[in-house]
Amino acid sequence: MTKVLKRIYLGLILIFLYMPIAVLIVQSFNAGKSRAKWEGVSLHWYIDLFNNTAIMNALWVTLSVALLATIVSTVIGTLAAIGIHSMRKRPQAMMMTLTNLPNTMPDIVTGISLMLLFIFTQVDRGYVTMLLAHITFDTPYVILSVLPKLKQMNKHTYEAALDLGATPRYALLHVLIPECKQGIVTGALLAFTLSLDDFTVSYFTTSPLVQNLSTLIYSATKLGITPIYYALSALMFVVLLLLLLAVNRRTQEN
Amino acid sequence: MENEHLIDLIHVSKDFDGVKVLDDISLYIRKKEFVTLLGPSGCGKTTTLRIIGGFETPSEGQLLFEGRDIVSLPPYKRRVNTVFQKYALFPHLNVHDNIAFGLKIKKTPKAEIDRRVEQMLELVGLKGYGKRRVEALSGGQQQRVAIARSLVNEPEVLLLDEPLGALDLKLRKEMQLELKSMQQRLGITFLYVTHDQEEALTMSDTIVVMRDGKILQIGDPKHIYDEPANAFVADFIGESNILSGTMIRDELVAFAGSEFPCVDFGFGSNAPVDVVVRPEDITLVGEDVGQLTGTIRSVIFKGVHYEMMIDTGSYVFKVHSTTMQPQGSRVGLSIVPFNIHIMQPMNAPRNEKEAQDSAV
Repeated sequence: MTKVLKRIYLGLILIFLYMPIAVLIVQSFNAGKSRAKWEGVSLHWYIDLFNNTAIMNALWVTLSVALLATIVSTVIGTLAAIGIHSMRKRPQAMMMTLTNLPNTMPDIVTGISLMLLFIFTQVDRGYVTMLLAHITFDTPYVILSVLPKLKQMNKHTYEAALDLGATPRYALLHVLIPECKQGIVTGALLAFTLSLDDFTVSYFTTSPLVQNLSTLIYSATKLGITPIYYALSALMFVVLLLLLLAVNRRTQEN
Repeated sequence: MENEHLIDLIHVSKDFDGVKVLDDISLYIRKKEFVTLLGPSGCGKTTTLRIIGGFETPSEGQLLFEGRDIVSLPPYKRRVNTVFQKYALFPHLNVHDNIAFGLKIKKTPKAEIDRRVEQMLELVGLKGYGKRRVEALSGGQQQRVAIARSLVNEPEVLLLDEPLGALDLKLRKEMQLELKSMQQRLGITFLYVTHDQEEALTMSDTIVVMRDGKILQIGDPKHIYDEPANAFVADFIGESNILSGTMIRDELVAFAGSEFPCVDFGFGSNAPVDVVVRPEDITLVGEDVGQLTGTIRSVIFKGVHYEMMIDTGSYVFKVHSTTMQPQGSRVGLSIVPFNIHIMQPMNAPRNEKEAQDSAV
């Protein structure tokens, strides 16, 4: 009996969580424009979606920002992790607090503070500022994925490489980085996912002329949303779900 | 050959955040010598090794390699290789690529790399293991890979930091002999770090006994065992009865309430000294003919011999003997002059209680 109740409870929770997304996906295939009436299955909102230049521009911005931010933050984060790892205990603990702090800070605080920084330094907001903002919030996540790998490593591994004749640069490229490759890839995937899905920070750090998908959807809601955005949101959900599954699988393997 | 110093450490000291880890160490290592740094943990032996490997810089002093100062030379330019504690193999590479690591850096042609790696695998008894993942190997096998990975680079000196520490007793004994014979066959200088006195006695040409960042004694195993420089060395190398005594005059010493003829001289008269008697050097005789008499407190069978604790009233002697005497019986103890070893007392004051503790 309790077992059945447990199942029902779990089912209710899942329905509560996923029903809105399910409705969204179903509606994206609705041929009609009305949300109240089902007028048959159609892909025409998807076709419209791919013919919409504003959306396609935003998609390009989203993907290119995510990709560039991932590359840059992965490089910075990996090197930072190696640096932090080789610090002594107390500075290391301090660096870890500074690394964890942005992760616990609300996005809106990060967004507003970055916006203020750009206004203060008189940098025009747009593509570059959004990219810089994404690199900023991605980097700590890369650090946090790479560090555990370094900690697992025998502490003499790097010295062993030097001992065998490797220059510090060769040891970095041929020993340290391959040793924590798993952590680096996980960090990169995480950075890419966070970057794709970010709205708040992007909203405060870009101009209305350079929109990514989430800021575009947000401004569209002000005008009254069309089913094109259901299709777009459905696609974004699927892509992010796949990325998240990949990240989860990797962290479990580690 | 005798005078060919390969490595010289001259008045080397090392501080870590104000804590002195090495205190004015001077030491030389000859070509093809097997030198062991022996001491309890924290004595500075690993730091000494790391200074030679290039992973630590001495705070003071000089490090010479074939007469040239190499303190500022980075590890990758030194002609020494290290076998690290717990091996530090590269898990992302297989056995072959681990061993080939150093040769690849030197841009050795692939055919030659393959040939030399094969040769090494054969030397360490791992022929046919090249394609295996290092994490799939046992501790002893990983140890062999670590040694091969260093030796393939044909170093002038191989530095080994407690390389057998993680192995079980039987394997450790086998590897001791193997390492020693490898060293003799290849004619490479070995500098070996261990806290295991038996390992040091088995393998070394020269033993350097260290404590608290200082060198207490340098000598060959037999010399260190027979003529320990002080009570600490005597206690650390093998089992000992260590007593405080008084040198009455040359060749006569008093301890445990009796006077004994001995062979040492030059300590002055009525001078305080430390006396060492090895448990196997005490002979059990009849109660009436012994230099000392005592009661047997305990008897333990140790395989080759019996270990007996004999209480003479002023000191409890540890005695090794192949004939057993029953517990509680009274016996006489006799020590020939040659087996009584007299040393300058340690700087730190030792009392009878401490001597008892270290002997029991």
